[in-house]
Amino acid sequence: MQLIQLIIDGVASGCIYGLVALGFVLIYKATETINFAQGDILMLGAFVAYSLIGILGMDYLTGFALTVLIIAVFGFFLDAVVVRQIIGQPAFATVMLTIGLGFIFRGFASIYWGTDIFSFSTPFSGKITEFNGLIISYVNLSIIIGTAILMSALYFFFTFSKIGVAMRASSENQLAAYYMGIPVKFIFSLIWSISAGVAAVAGVLLAPITLVDTSISLIGLKAFAAAVLGGFGSIPGAIVGGIIIGIVEQLCGTYENYLFEGVREISAYLVLILTLIIYPRGLFSDKAEVKKV
Amino acid sequence: MRFIFKTKYSQDINIAKHNGDRFWYSLLILIMAALPLVLDDFYLGEISYICILSIAGIGLMILSGYTGLASLGHAAFLGVGAYTHAFLLTNGIPFYASIPIVIVVSFLVGAAIGIPILRLTGMYLAIATLALGFIAEHVFIKWEHFTGGNRGLPVPQPEFLGMSFFDSVFFYYVCLVFLIAAMFAAINILRSPTGRAFVAIRDSEIAAQSLGVNLGLYKALSFAISGAFTGLAGALLAHYIGYLAPDIFNIFLSLTLLLLIVVGGMGSLHGTVFGAIFVGFLPQLIAICRDYLPSSIGSQPGLEPMLFGLILVFFILYEPLGIYGRWMKIKLFFELFPTYKRQTFKKQKVFTKSDRV
Repeated sequence: MQLIQLIIDGVASGCIYGLVALGFVLIYKATETINFAQGDILMLGAFVAYSLIGILGMDYLTGFALTVLIIAVFGFFLDAVVVRQIIGQPAFATVMLTIGLGFIFRGFASIYWGTDIFSFSTPFSGKITEFNGLIISYVNLSIIIGTAILMSALYFFFTFSKIGVAMRASSENQLAAYYMGIPVKFIFSLIWSISAGVAAVAGVLLAPITLVDTSISLIGLKAFAAAVLGGFGSIPGAIVGGIIIGIVEQLCGTYENYLFEGVREISAYLVLILTLIIYPRGLFSDKAEVKKV
Repeated sequence: MRFIFKTKYSQDINIAKHNGDRFWYSLLILIMAALPLVLDDFYLGEISYICILSIAGIGLMILSGYTGLASLGHAAFLGVGAYTHAFLLTNGIPFYASIPIVIVVSFLVGAAIGIPILRLTGMYLAIATLALGFIAEHVFIKWEHFTGGNRGLPVPQPEFLGMSFFDSVFFYYVCLVFLIAAMFAAINILRSPTGRAFVAIRDSEIAAQSLGVNLGLYKALSFAISGAFTGLAGALLAHYIGYLAPDIFNIFLSLTLLLLIVVGGMGSLHGTVFGAIFVGFLPQLIAICRDYLPSSIGSQPGLEPMLFGLILVFFILYEPLGIYGRWMKIKLFFELFPTYKRQTFKKQKVFTKSDRV
């Protein structure tokens, strides 16, 4: 029973990793760049939600929606103004650029909001439900349900909406999409905005657990493990990878005595390295295989 | 404009291409050697630190600037070097024996890490090195027998050539000699077939492979050589800091090294020195900025990462070749004086190159 309890907790934190990883995957699929600032966008989302809900006293759902909207618009302009300029440069340039952007966001957050730890009240805070002896907190439940809703919304968006199909086409082949009359640049900015919006959702859902401060941007680094495990470039893979990482982390934390001390903090990175060494394609990779030497 | 009249084939591989180079670099070394006569201990300490950063920068430059492999965890090598050095000195190994051991150990660690993860390319490599950096930091904390864990590890300051490392003039000379030696070694590695293979890999892996470059071997070699230089810098850094704590070798240090090579100029050894000077004086620069900003912003701790990020973004977007690139442009302007064309360095329009096959 304890095992099931651990797995449920792991799934909840794994959903957050999965959502952040989803942001990586969306951008990677479209533009073949990796946004190292994803975790920092998540942090901005949490801070904006704190401002709207905690300070301005908005209703939770309104504040949530407004936060996602603000961050999505921010993501759109981030691509349109800054990131687009280095298209075609070596991968290294993008890595450095997004790392630099991440530092700017973190610095901005700690200047504007300060370095204290904040929290805001949510409808889920402190409530738990019991089910066959399992204790599930409403916060974890909200994360799991929120992820499920977001995933199905994205699924329908990419499968049935015209813009969603255009996005898939641009990811598949930029030039061909351009010939078909798809405004590729605009679509890419839109993908950045969706990715930023997803990160904001993750940030707001996460806020009741970790509270809001600048250090939550480190989640972005653990989410790399999720994205790689799921096979970079696969949307369901990102979520499944995230959930696996979340469960592994919980299990490592509990059975630390049988392994070695402090294994919990680096378990995500160990999974990442092992995946890259043993099976770099990842679990759900599409046809794009990692080039091997 | 200077034209070099070549009369021998051997001229092609000269380190200094003409007498002007010879003159200016000799003058530079002389001035550096004479600095302790003029400067006080504080500035000598700063310049020693810049020398150490330059050596670490050479290491990362060989990997990132010349072989085109990004590493976001290079502080791990600094840590390996520093801890190995301190451990050896604590166990009574003399300085002159410890340094070569440190270099060999860092080389081997680089090779050991490089062989499995260098099958990856581009983004995957960056992510993997980032993860390795975290794991290394964690190992430094938990392997208490070797590193002293969170309590830290005092670095012994032994006598060397009858002098103490506490003497800042002596330490300055040690750092300077190591920098010159490292620079000389790097120049020679880079103009050897090995170095040419590195550059070929950077410019096109497929072309390099077609010409018979063993990609796996040379990438691992690049990682190992890079590790050796950075390990050496770590050993000197251990003396500079005096007391090792695991959180020194964190991701921020790795990113500072990356900032160093980006600001200095990717793909040039001059750039490592320029970048090291920049990074070395960055704290002072930030302190000056703090004075000019209104105190509500100036006193914030968030200012440092923010400026760090702004500088990085600025250089990537507007001066991708860094300070050295800017210097080349200025030099060319004067060489070509009335006929300089701005278009010479115009960024070419490029399309995204796909990693997908």
